[in-house]
Amino acid sequence: MRTIALRQALREAMEEEMRRDERVFLMGEEVAQYNGAYKVSQGMLDEFGPKRIIDTPITELGFAAIGVGAAMNNTRPIVEFMTWNFAELAIDQIVNHAAKVVSMSAGQFTCPIVFRGPNGSAGQLGAQHSQAFENWYANVPGLKVISTCNPYDAKGLLKSAIRDEDPIVFMESEVAYGDMGEVPEEEYLIPIGKADVKRAGTDVTIVSYNKMMKVAMGAAEELAKENISAEVIDLRTIRPLDWHTIVGSVKKTNRLVIVEEQWPFSSISSEISYRIQKEAFDYLDAPIRRICSADANMHYAGNLVALYLPDVPRTVKLVKEVMYMVK
Amino acid sequence: MQTPFGKETYLYWYEIMLLLRRFEEKAGQLYGMQKIRGFCHLYIGQEAIAAGAMTAIRDDDNMITAYRDHALAIAKGIPARECMAELYGKATGCTKGKGGSMHFFSKEKRFFGGHGIVGGQIGVGAGIAFAEQYQNTDRATLCFFGDGAARQGILHEAFNMAVLWQLPIVFICENNYYAMGTSVERTSKVLDIYRLADAYDMPGDSVDGMSCEDVHKGIERAVRRAREKGGPTFLEIKTYRYRGHSMSDPAKYRTKEELEEYKEKDPINQVLKTIMDNKWATEEEIGHINEKVKMEVDEAVKFAEDSPYPDDSELYKDIYVQEDYPYITD
Repeated sequence: MRTIALRQALREAMEEEMRRDERVFLMGEEVAQYNGAYKVSQGMLDEFGPKRIIDTPITELGFAAIGVGAAMNNTRPIVEFMTWNFAELAIDQIVNHAAKVVSMSAGQFTCPIVFRGPNGSAGQLGAQHSQAFENWYANVPGLKVISTCNPYDAKGLLKSAIRDEDPIVFMESEVAYGDMGEVPEEEYLIPIGKADVKRAGTDVTIVSYNKMMKVAMGAAEELAKENISAEVIDLRTIRPLDWHTIVGSVKKTNRLVIVEEQWPFSSISSEISYRIQKEAFDYLDAPIRRICSADANMHYAGNLVALYLPDVPRTVKLVKEVMYMVK
Repeated sequence: MQTPFGKETYLYWYEIMLLLRRFEEKAGQLYGMQKIRGFCHLYIGQEAIAAGAMTAIRDDDNMITAYRDHALAIAKGIPARECMAELYGKATGCTKGKGGSMHFFSKEKRFFGGHGIVGGQIGVGAGIAFAEQYQNTDRATLCFFGDGAARQGILHEAFNMAVLWQLPIVFICENNYYAMGTSVERTSKVLDIYRLADAYDMPGDSVDGMSCEDVHKGIERAVRRAREKGGPTFLEIKTYRYRGHSMSDPAKYRTKEELEEYKEKDPINQVLKTIMDNKWATEEEIGHINEKVKMEVDEAVKFAEDSPYPDDSELYKDIYVQEDYPYITD
């Protein structure tokens, strides 16, 4: 199978859906003439023209609002944010408007829109460019939240997101746009709301999503060297949460560790922990444990960035703790 | 009085404004009786804007507004009974008892809501117009908001892009002089709100909102510009609400004299005077219209009273289009 980068996978998803449906357009900062701040939309202006690939002023609230209004009126916008940090300026439109169109109008109007862009940290970018917001949006009824950065999943899920009738928050990763992965030539879709077991195992379940999947998979690799078999689940969709897949795995492994780039308070791991203690209480042989981002703002210094983020050694250690191999 | 508008227009203006006035008076009364709950913002005094707008647009043009939405919704064609049922929170309401006073919608009538975040609909309205341009129609979009919303950042973002992309939209600031209880003078040094358009090179104008004729002319000109791909227009329509901001507001921040001054310019009285001066209707015929409007409002109340509340099963409906969405219920 051919191997392509994440940015190309995302681009192909948009291109294929735009060829399929005239109502789909892409709007955002630097998406057209500049070819995308991260080159996700490279070449799309040439194929689709300025009517459908639209450069906006730096005005996140404004163009998010135009996307919402357009989505209510028989078009299907893709709104790119240069990062989800900047989308904070647009959260009124995402939460107060997009998420409530269907309910407030009692189903008369819909808002089929995809808000997408990179989320989370990307090196030493300081406090305002390093935040991860999955849990913010996952709290909101009316929204669906996808967070993924492997090329295969990203393409299949973005295609599903563009076809979905509900508003979608789609989170990628700035540091993963160049990551290579196998993506078939032929068309495929991945359903929203389905987690994926990326590595089968029997001793412990590790749940993660987006670029922390690399930490989870790295830890599983390390653990295998010590004959510990970790099952690794990639959530892919955050809301709705596919907890059935996690329960199924925990019933087999009896242990759960969650790795996420998210502040700990009311994070995705908080919700998973509640669900698993309720649905699989009798199957747990150890407390559910997690590694989140530090409960702090991200600083600039490299050593502090490393301390802030989950990593392989600490994940390995945590797994050993839930297996009562170390204290 | 010489007028470019004929008998039928005036009789329409009279009847629709009287309906909006009587509907709101009844809503206020029912709110006092606790039949209507939540927030409730009445349009009394501002009716000439709804009436003048309706004769200036086509049925298939779009409309979006803020939370003071009852009158514009009824004028746009949502039946009064469905609006009253919505105020009651009944299943037969225009949004099935889910929207309430602030969130009237009708896809059929192209009424894109009733929105509750001050100024939010300015950007959404620009998006509705964007979609019309994208689909190459000649529909115009009327986007209403208050003087309070004119101070929100979204106005500037939406104005800028609307001009940049020449969107077919008419932004209409219903300036009733008070953002809740704060007068226009206390919110900005720019008191002529229409001049905000200048910063974005958008045509802007000031309109007398107590005059159906002026409202019609201002909106008609702007709508023609939108239809002929001439881009957006900003109209500041100066009006006055006779009641408080919402039902809980006694409006102590303004004088009785100020209120009386505007009531003397009441648009319903003005239109009635023109009708009588021109002998376009007899006292008896006006009496018939009055009676018809009264019956429509009475019937709306009866309809609302007799209608059922939404079924409990509606709690998890219309949150997503996806029908089998797996809600967290424990």
